[in-house]
Formats: sequence, C-alpha cells, structure tokens
Amino acid sequence: MADSFAALIQLLAKLPGLGPRSARRAALFLLKRRESLMQPLAAAMAEAAQRIRACSTCGNLDTADPCAICADPRRDAGLVCVVEDVADLWAIERTGAYAGRYHVLGGTLSALDGIGPEDLGIDALARRGAQGVREIILAMNATVEGQTTAHYIMDRLAALPLQVSRLAHGVPVGGELDYLDEGTLSAALASRQVLKGAG
Amino acid sequence: MQWEDEGIVLAARRHGEAALIVQLLTRGHGRHAGLVRGGQGRKLRPVYEIGNRVAAVWNARLAEHLGILAGELLRGHAARIIEDPARLACLAAAAALAEASLPEREPHPAAYAGLSALLESLDADRGWAVGYVEWELMLLAELGFGLDLARCAASGATTDLVYVSPRSGQAVSAAAGEPYRDKLLRLPAFLLARTAEDAPSPQDVLDGLALTGYFLDRRVFEPHDRDLPAARARFVDLLERLARISREQSL
Repeated sequence: MADSFAALIQLLAKLPGLGPRSARRAALFLLKRRESLMQPLAAAMAEAAQRIRACSTCGNLDTADPCAICADPRRDAGLVCVVEDVADLWAIERTGAYAGRYHVLGGTLSALDGIGPEDLGIDALARRGAQGVREIILAMNATVEGQTTAHYIMDRLAALPLQVSRLAHGVPVGGELDYLDEGTLSAALASRQVLKGAG
Repeated sequence: MQWEDEGIVLAARRHGEAALIVQLLTRGHGRHAGLVRGGQGRKLRPVYEIGNRVAAVWNARLAEHLGILAGELLRGHAARIIEDPARLACLAAAAALAEASLPEREPHPAAYAGLSALLESLDADRGWAVGYVEWELMLLAELGFGLDLARCAASGATTDLVYVSPRSGQAVSAAAGEPYRDKLLRLPAFLLARTAEDAPSPQDVLDGLALTGYFLDRRVFEPHDRDLPAARARFVDLLERLARISREQSL
C-alpha cells in the first residue's frame, strides 16, 4: 500500500466512530470521489483549521472573534449560560429556547485528570460576571464532577450582585417513571414544583 | 478469570467513544479497574457515577489484564447528595483519596467498610464530616501508617491527650506537650471517644482534617512525590469557609 494511502487511513482511523476497517472504506470512498468530495473536503478542513478559533469572550468555536453569538446584539448580554463544552452549547442552541450568551469552561474539575480551577475559564467567568451580567445559568452535566464544578463556580460568584441558577434535574419528556434510575427520580422529587398551594 | 463482588465507584474515565474505565473499591478485591463496554451510554453512565455502589462482575482471560467489568446499580449515593455542595465535596474527596492512595488489587476490607459507612452517613446527612475524618484515620492505619492515640508518647499517660507528635504519630498529653505546643498537631477529642453529648465543633473537624492530612501527605503522598488530591483540598476549603460563616453568625 502506498505511504500516502496508508497515512490517510491511519489518520481517518483516529476520527470518532472509525476503526481501521471503516477508515479503509472511507479512504476508498473518498478516492473514488476525488473531485466531488475529497478535494472540497480537504479544502474545507484546511480552511477550518486556519480560521476557526476559540472566542476570547466565551470560548465558543467560530471563525470570528468575538463569535457570532457574542457579537449578536439581539442576544441578551445580561444572561450567561455556563456549559462544559462547545457540544453542550450546540445542544442548547438546538432547543431554540435560549436567547442569552454563553461561557464555555472547556471541561470540569477533575481530580483524576488533574484539572483544577485554573485550567478552566472560571476566572474569566468571574470577570464577566462583574461586568453587567444579571444572571448566570449553570448548565453543567448532572454528574459528580459537573455538579462539583457548578458548586465551585457558585462559591466563586457568591460575592457578585447577580442571580445564579442551574438547569433542573428530573424526569425527561417522554420518560416513564418505571424505567427511570433512582437517582433521576430522587432529583425529580427533590426539585418538584408546586402546582397549587395549600391555601 | 472471573469474580463477582460488591464495589463502590471511585472514578470513571472515558475510553474511546463508548467505553469507560472504571475504578472500583471492592469488598474482597480491593481497588480494581475494569473496562465497561458502552459505559458512556445513556443507560449505563448513571450507574458509574462516583460513590455509587454496584454489584460488579469482572472477567479477563489473564489476571493481569484490565478486564471487562459489568455492574448493576445497588445504591445511587451520588444522586442523593448531588444538590448539597458540602456533602458532594466530601464524597469527591473520599473517592479521590481512596483512588490515589490504595494499592491496586490488594484487598482492604476495612477501607471498603469505612467508605460504605461514610456513604451511609452522607445519605442520612448525619455525622458525615466527623465520619470523613475517622475514615482518613482508618485509611492511614490500612496503609500501614496508623496513629497511636492510646497513650502519651512522653509520659505514657492515657488521659488528657490533646496533641499528636508530627514525628512519631503518637498522642501527647496536655502537660507533656505544653512546652512544644506550637510544634504539635491538635488532637480533637472526638477521635478518642465519641458520645452523643459532645458533638464536635466545626473547628474540631478542621483540626482532625489537619491531623490526618499531615500524615497522609508526609507518609503516603510525599514519598511518591505526589500531592494530596485537589478534591480533598477543595473539601477542606469549603469546610473552613462554612466554619468561618458559622463563627461570624454566632458573634
């Protein structure tokens, strides 16, 4: 096998979802569509590698800095949603239910991986919080590490005159109680909403 | 090779796209890792939250292999305390400390029993801060660095023990320790005998953490050129802050 072909397969095999066999299939597929797919893909990847960078305000990935979300005047600058990763930002954007801005931490506090507060964008978030933000929504994963990070951020923001909220934990839409794990059910019970007061 | 055992999840690290490498503290097999296929999936991920108790089955062709782990959730401790910053920090500290200090595949049933008791007290939200200090003290003993708190290192006295020698790890009485009080570690009374009447103060708990932290650092971590886990430092910081707030409110 030619060196360049082997190198292509080796690199493709590093992509999520691809092993050596599927990488070989993908390489053959690309070579058969050299002009219609392979060259445009290579050009798009080169351009993305050159132009896409992290937004210096929120950490989102975009070709512009500040990113399109931070630069959008229709978005509420007083509302900041803190997420672990850009993928989480995209997930919230897909809902179409949020019109504020974001702050991407780039991970969570993790003793195992040696990630401390200084490795995350928590200082930058505290600085943003002091600049006219009225609410920060902590949208971390409902895991021990995610919530440990959320509690840590809450402590860091305690002195600032702003509201700090977090996403609700509980029963997902379409979920049946019988099939839920006890943790989700416990969280749902703890965060239950009053529909009618006793009076 | 196969075993079945009960274990507490100490850590779960992503491996590839779908799997997890999970560290358990098991009752009979000590700290043991294994690969959980599909562990990142929606169904399995909640099972392997830190602090959860699972019924584990470990399989491998050879004993020295990482092996495949399958688990069934017995008790979801993490979900019960995830809303409480202090209890969650306590859980994270205990798991990180066990993960970093206990040798792999060496049974430590007392460490397992101690961590189980701590998890129960976290669930019940009763006595967990004291329980955490006691667990660290027990962990020191399990690792071969137990403190001798029964009698005074200098006089042999068994009463009025209020200090611990940082050199020997032995208790020191108030009278014998007075000339060296600045160099000795404080020994909170709850580590000697606990009764329902004398509930330890937040400062007692912090003294206990300073005591166990000193010996964990000097005898367990420093010889390997490592620091105490950051999760423990965050837990101590949090308790210090809560103690400060409690002092300010009582003034």
